[in-house]
Amino acid sequence: MIANDVAQSAPKIKCVVWDLDNTIWNGILAENDAVHLRPDALQLIKEFDRRGILQSIASKNEHDPAMEKLRSFGLDEFFLYPQISWERKSTGIRRLSKSLDVPVDAFGFIDDDPFERDEVLNTFPGIQTFDATDLGVLFAADALVSKVTTEDGRRRRLMYQRDIKRKQAEEEAGADNSDFLSSLGLVLTISRASEEDLDRAEELTIRTHQLNTTGRAYSREELSGFINSHTHELLITGLEDKYGPYGRVGLLLLECHPHLWTIQLFLTSCRVISRGIGGVLLHWLAARAKARGVRLQGTFVPNDRNRIMWITYHFANFREIGSSSGVVILANDLSRVQPVPSYIALQLEAPCPIGRTER
Amino acid sequence: MDTERRQIRSFFAQYLRSEDFDDADDVFTSGRMNSLFAIQLVLFVEKQFSLTVDSQDLDVRNFSSVDAVYNFVLRKGAVSTRQASV
Repeated sequence: MIANDVAQSAPKIKCVVWDLDNTIWNGILAENDAVHLRPDALQLIKEFDRRGILQSIASKNEHDPAMEKLRSFGLDEFFLYPQISWERKSTGIRRLSKSLDVPVDAFGFIDDDPFERDEVLNTFPGIQTFDATDLGVLFAADALVSKVTTEDGRRRRLMYQRDIKRKQAEEEAGADNSDFLSSLGLVLTISRASEEDLDRAEELTIRTHQLNTTGRAYSREELSGFINSHTHELLITGLEDKYGPYGRVGLLLLECHPHLWTIQLFLTSCRVISRGIGGVLLHWLAARAKARGVRLQGTFVPNDRNRIMWITYHFANFREIGSSSGVVILANDLSRVQPVPSYIALQLEAPCPIGRTER
Repeated sequence: MDTERRQIRSFFAQYLRSEDFDDADDVFTSGRMNSLFAIQLVLFVEKQFSLTVDSQDLDVRNFSSVDAVYNFVLRKGAVSTRQASV
């Protein structure tokens, strides 16, 4: 039913986990502080980072001296949630998988010690392990060659790092949730998608499952067609806060007729699920429709994962009015349009004709 | 009946991370609400009170405050199936 989960020939690795001793550096830190960074490891770490592959550490060492050593090599910033302790490496990898929300089967593990590789492999048969003795072959390893990544894909590590900071701030805030949201300084931008946005737009339709009204994947060509269509608007939304940009996180495809706008696709990235963007965008659109004197409808294709969008539609005052061949049609009578909440600043980037009446 | 109200209130408090709100406070229009809370609240109500939230019930007015949820649960004639341990 969800045609997006296309099987790939070689399972691509999204996160590489590195050992430290005799892998990233030559020598054993616990025995001798004078370890030497391996040039091939350094090169590979930077290359993976460019490719948008996430990286972390699973090393049996004292945490603080090991991190200090990584810092002295200027490498600490490349690794997310480093797992440095005396516990089993599979335990650290399980924790990483949870923290990064990446399945273990999409992990690669590099270690010079066959015992460690076997321990991890026995626990997670789907993981790919690599002998650190020959790092050179990894540059061209099929599972580690990513397809063309978009700008947002290449900045993946930085985005994760900002998300880690946000999560920490959220946990430390402890106080009222609305105070926390206000403290973020959220800025939501809405703009008409341009040719440069199409790769990311396509990626969003393929990767977004839960917060997706139809679950339909669109090709770059189809999306390009909508940009040039007189009866369609393809809007793309970005989100930013004091920690930096989240990237482009939402897509809205609108079919526009003189007296009726129909939402053909609406999705937002799960990364921003707790920021309330979905409802905000639907209310914003309803306000625009009302100002233009246009009726507003939405479409929905239910699947086993997108009930959240069904609820979002309803809470934004959309009601089912019919359905045909699996597509549910909802209508908003525009009687209860809510303003943008005070914790979000809305920026309409020209050209955005839908919003023009507002400015 | 107080048990239901207490359970609903504690669910709101957990999300808002505050006890500083009235049962009548509308958390949706005050901007304290998001999709994540919406689905969690709907699932909580269904599970806690063993009822099904139909499409007709999916009205923000049924979920906007502790009072609203409480009244909705009463209307559905549901009783709590579990102790306040959520």
